[in-house]
Amino acid sequence: MMKRLFIANRGEIALRILQTANRLGLVTILGVSEADRGSLPAQIADEMVVIGPATSAESYLSVERVVAAAKAARADAVHPGYGFLSENATFAESVTAAGIIFVGPDVSSLDSMGDKLMARKVGVAAGLPVVPGGESADKAAARAQAEITGYPLLLKAVSGGGGRGMKRVDRAAALDGQVDMAMAEAQAAFGDSRIYVERYISKGRHIEVQILGDGETTLHLGTRDCSIQRRFQKLVEEAPAFGIPEQKHNALRNAAVRLAQFLHYRGAGTVEFLVDSETFDFYFIEMNARIQVEHPVTEAVTDLDLIEQQLLIADGQKVSLTQERVEFSGHAIEARINAEDWEQGFRPSPGRVRAARWPAGPGIRVDTHIENGGVISPFYDSLIGKLIVSGRDRAEAVARLGSALATLEIEGIATTAGLQRRIVEDPRFIHGDVDTRFFEGLGRG
Amino acid sequence: MSRDLIFTSEDVAEIVAILDKTPYARLEVRTRRFVLRVIRSGDGWTQEIESIGDSAATESLAPSSAVVAEEAGRSAVRAPLPGTFYRAPQPGARPFVEVGDRVQPDTVIGIIETMKLMTAMPAHCSGIIDEIIVQDATLVEVDAVLMRVKLE
Repeated sequence: MMKRLFIANRGEIALRILQTANRLGLVTILGVSEADRGSLPAQIADEMVVIGPATSAESYLSVERVVAAAKAARADAVHPGYGFLSENATFAESVTAAGIIFVGPDVSSLDSMGDKLMARKVGVAAGLPVVPGGESADKAAARAQAEITGYPLLLKAVSGGGGRGMKRVDRAAALDGQVDMAMAEAQAAFGDSRIYVERYISKGRHIEVQILGDGETTLHLGTRDCSIQRRFQKLVEEAPAFGIPEQKHNALRNAAVRLAQFLHYRGAGTVEFLVDSETFDFYFIEMNARIQVEHPVTEAVTDLDLIEQQLLIADGQKVSLTQERVEFSGHAIEARINAEDWEQGFRPSPGRVRAARWPAGPGIRVDTHIENGGVISPFYDSLIGKLIVSGRDRAEAVARLGSALATLEIEGIATTAGLQRRIVEDPRFIHGDVDTRFFEGLGRG
Repeated sequence: MSRDLIFTSEDVAEIVAILDKTPYARLEVRTRRFVLRVIRSGDGWTQEIESIGDSAATESLAPSSAVVAEEAGRSAVRAPLPGTFYRAPQPGARPFVEVGDRVQPDTVIGIIETMKLMTAMPAHCSGIIDEIIVQDATLVEVDAVLMRVKLE
């Protein structure tokens, strides 16, 4: 039985994991960087260990330091959260080798989904449709591949993630320059310059399926629509994905389950698809072998605690649910609030939060690590909190999001709350007419 | 082990549901280490959390914000953002500028890294680099003086 849980993350997700772990009676140990010693999660955890300096590379991203800290703290399990080391196979292996449970899938699943090209191959092997495209080792290969896929197309980093390292190319003339840039960026960001070419689906929706598996049983916990993005970074997420013919919706969920079964997947995972918003044909993109930022919308419509499910499965228990017993009700929407000045080119806005007044009330959930006087560090990403609203149907959730955003007030730093207000007032959003180009059409000024 | 957890969203929703039926506009709940404030705001409610005592995040964002007086004929190049200031495009590379170099308003004199984003910093004035105040890979506050330029 798991007793001492080491949390290898920071910010709102560290707090989120702490809350479930506390409820389950686990002793919690939080590994923090020097910059996060005074953070809210650090105050809540039963024990706190400083793993290194503020720079992520020497703290949250250091396999050696995190594993050493977990060992020293006599942890019997490590939860990696999202980002940082959550999908790092070397980390999962080192944790396991130290006799500690890694709260995540088997290393074989991390390997299979580790790079996007590998994920494509596995997806094809599992019988899933993929977006036309392929690897391009150099400009000549990219040109040849572009001939086949056509324009516009996307260049993606093989080792990329979270939207980083992606470039859209609209014309053949721009291809060479963009290939150079994409390869340079991929090398700088991921230490791997390999890229591949993919057809760009112009009217597409980003729809994903939440999966839960114990290696034998696999279930889905429904779909999420995450089409509203800026530069491939998600801004708004909803559950369930709406306005999809039932037959296609079923096919989508079944495809995700098929992939997870193919992998004998253990834990919580997300299978991402690009869905043509006119024909509803869908293409497998990748699988994220970890908890996602947007997991609360799924929790809101299923009444399940996904962190609890992760911990139970990691502890060797079988999934006690059956697909029939997963009940879906209502609609939920999450709006990410980032410390960015969206009116000044999304310039980062770190600093001290004088006051953080979040909305409160029935149907409102706030996941944040920022208290009054809290510090948004310049060292980490800009997510300061997530506002999650739910309603009986999408219209009620949209209305609730609008009124909740109206009361939200963060003083001391610039945030994207104003952008979210603009989104919730957009007629396209209100009517559910969204695709991945929604942001480009958002009224400015 | 005694725990002092913060409130869950369900807790807060319940508090609001009760308060909503009363004329009260504000409720403060104190635990050993935290205070939760639920406050009426228009037709809705807000919540805020604050640590009690010295456990709050009190550390300063960055240490090296030297306030230096402006002098005639010299202009200060200041950090537009807090973050890590780099004098060179990558570790081991030649710095963008050295003392004695001539700069134009758009000459890049360094990079500030904030929240995983790199922002190039132009000199914003014409002249000769007179003094370099902040060294490579140093954490700086917003408006920290990085360099001084002798105006021409």
